[in-house]
Amino acid sequence: MKKLMLATAALAVVFAGSAQAQSRDTIQIAGSSTVLPFASIVAEEFGNAFPQFKTPVVGSGGTGGGLKQFCEGVGANTIDIANASRQIKKSEVEACNKNGVNKILEVQIGYDGIVFASSASKADFALEPVHVFKAIAAQVAVDGKLVANPYKNWNEIDAALPNQPIALAIPASNHGTREVFQERVIAAGAKAAGLPEMSKEEMEKVVTTFRQDVVVEIAGDYTETLARLQSNADTVGVFGLSFYDQNKDKLKVATVSGVTPSLETVAAGEYPVSRPLFFYVKGEHVGVVPGIDEYVEFFLSDGIAGLGGTLETAGLIPAPAEETADVLAEYKAGKALTAADVK
Amino acid sequence: MADHFAAVLNPPSDGSAERLARIRAGLKSRHAREWRFRAYGIAATAAAIAFVVILFAMIFAKGLPAFWQAKMDLDVFFDPAIVKVEPKPVQQEGQSAADYRKAVLDWERAVTLVNWNRVIEAAVRAKAPGFQIDTRQVLTVVETNERFVLRDMFVENPGLLGQTVPVRMLASANVDNWLKGTIDRSLPDAQQQLRDQARGLADQLYADGTIGMRFAWNIFVNVDSRSAPAAAGLAGAFVGSLYMMLVVILLSVPIGVMAAIYLEEFASKGRITDFIEVNINNLAAVPSIVFGVFGAAVFINWFHLPLSAPIVGGLVLTLMTLPTIIIATRASLRAVPPSLRAAALGLGASRTQMVFHHVLPVTFPGIMTATIIGVAHAIGETAPLLLIGMNAFVASVPATPFDQSAALPVQIYLWQGNENRNFFEARTSAAIIVLLALMLSLNAMAIYLRRRLERRM
Repeated sequence: MKKLMLATAALAVVFAGSAQAQSRDTIQIAGSSTVLPFASIVAEEFGNAFPQFKTPVVGSGGTGGGLKQFCEGVGANTIDIANASRQIKKSEVEACNKNGVNKILEVQIGYDGIVFASSASKADFALEPVHVFKAIAAQVAVDGKLVANPYKNWNEIDAALPNQPIALAIPASNHGTREVFQERVIAAGAKAAGLPEMSKEEMEKVVTTFRQDVVVEIAGDYTETLARLQSNADTVGVFGLSFYDQNKDKLKVATVSGVTPSLETVAAGEYPVSRPLFFYVKGEHVGVVPGIDEYVEFFLSDGIAGLGGTLETAGLIPAPAEETADVLAEYKAGKALTAADVK
Repeated sequence: MADHFAAVLNPPSDGSAERLARIRAGLKSRHAREWRFRAYGIAATAAAIAFVVILFAMIFAKGLPAFWQAKMDLDVFFDPAIVKVEPKPVQQEGQSAADYRKAVLDWERAVTLVNWNRVIEAAVRAKAPGFQIDTRQVLTVVETNERFVLRDMFVENPGLLGQTVPVRMLASANVDNWLKGTIDRSLPDAQQQLRDQARGLADQLYADGTIGMRFAWNIFVNVDSRSAPAAAGLAGAFVGSLYMMLVVILLSVPIGVMAAIYLEEFASKGRITDFIEVNINNLAAVPSIVFGVFGAAVFINWFHLPLSAPIVGGLVLTLMTLPTIIIATRASLRAVPPSLRAAALGLGASRTQMVFHHVLPVTFPGIMTATIIGVAHAIGETAPLLLIGMNAFVASVPATPFDQSAALPVQIYLWQGNENRNFFEARTSAAIIVLLALMLSLNAMAIYLRRRLERRM
């Protein structure tokens, strides 16, 4: 009987405690799985370098998922920072504003390359965007007419490509990577593919409709894409450059438009499929959750995001120093993003 | 009996001989059928055991090597030429506590800014004098968090300045991969993670015993890490799981047992109790992911409990465990002989006295077993935790159930997704072994307690 009373008392304490959980002293981050490894490394180093702050907590969920959480509102049970592998969309800014998140501060942290890679044991690929478009689109142009995609092997698209069945693993739409892939590879490829004249809507449909039989959309992390490649060695997967770099014993990277992706070619702007990486800070939480300003400053410091910094070792392509200085200056000025600033 | 056999063996000749012949003829196929059935049974059992054996063999083959990892024994010289900091401040008379804390914090900050990597580099070079290798490559051999280990040593004991102390450091994950051959050693330089010089240095140090495969205590005492994969451990996830278990036990046992006692001993049997019973059984059949969705909506969005906190995980898992405990407790209450109740009531005990003094103590083994098995089930649950933000990267041990934390099964999920596949494949299996060991010992405890308590009754 006594034990039961004790347990009930403990229960009461647990619930009473929940009332105190209103404030929070740990920075909470979520979002892009491309940015996740970088943000986690910075979070750890931040915790080590600033003994007065707790180590920030970094969650994933993809760019879309992270921004959705970010825009849920202001308060201790919403996240402070959203990682993104693309810029925030107009609709997302509007959703934020509707829920009372009005001070969205954008921080660009560097660049990332998107690479096509196949199993290390397979032949080399020298891809052009148009090859990928022809492999992936549900409808392609043959003799000036739209027909259902007839290609089965890569060498049917271009004799220079390997004689290997077409199979692609691409990021699903919850990933920011998908957007860049769509824009830089598929849209560019469609332009080069010589499609017949058609209205804008029809064009949009051709560019966004993929063959379901050879394309797998991966909603999880790159490890899932890698697992696909290991179960079907013919698959060509879409990865972040840093992921490829850590697994190059199993993967072979394809050139795009003749350029091999690497830290150098992406930084120089030669490799065509690259994109800036961001995180978004909830201005309302600055000063409420301790350490946000310090985290941003630490992230952008030379030793972390700069040339030869910790993140470069981990695979992030550093932005030029002047660009980073501008980003930091804008952040410090507290320039909030509005729906008019973005697409 | 003997007559019966005699009758079967020496059939009377009254026309039943024909029937007997028919039975004899059918005997062979009946025996065959019996034999076949046994064979099917044995095959089914063998298949089940084979699956378990394959599962365990695979996990252990992959995971056991991860418990021994490359560590290097270095003699670290806290060189005053590199470690140039003021002596640690002492509290002056008249100095307020806040001022003193600030002075110490500033000092720690200065210690952090010391280039500890140079201290490490010097220590590594001392072990391989004359080895031609540039600074960047030397540092790829040692795990990156070791500079903070040295810093913490120094903060703890500033008297180390100018002294040489032996320190066992973690070799980097890539060195571990290289020495274990996780990355094919015959692959060309371009496909290796370590550069040529660093691989040579690792091999030399391994050959002369500076680097050795030593038991990886760090898996148990360190928290998760991404910047230093070789240092990643389960401590944060373990404590997170422990807090969740505590919440589950504190909430689900009293609520579950109370509900069961009321329904079984006090409530009048009728439509309403039937309805409740059906719904409790339904609750037991609800898939766990549904509880996760519920938890995110109610505990986080409505009660404003923190994200990624064991308290929320514990509440969600409580919902999952409750029906198990209610059902098991009711079953054990029903198994108590009515004579016990009748005797207690007959001697003038009230119903409450009857339940708490006589019936409930007999059911303890049953309730205990149900609780432990329910908790063991809950501790391995992952899906609902993903929905309440517990799949975040947390590099600290939670101090209270309200702090952000990981949990053991989620840690397995996170390591499975880590981009350093070569290293984390083994470490994921190691985490699985730890979780399995925990579950098996919980189940063993349940069996032991049941045996012991039953004997005492």
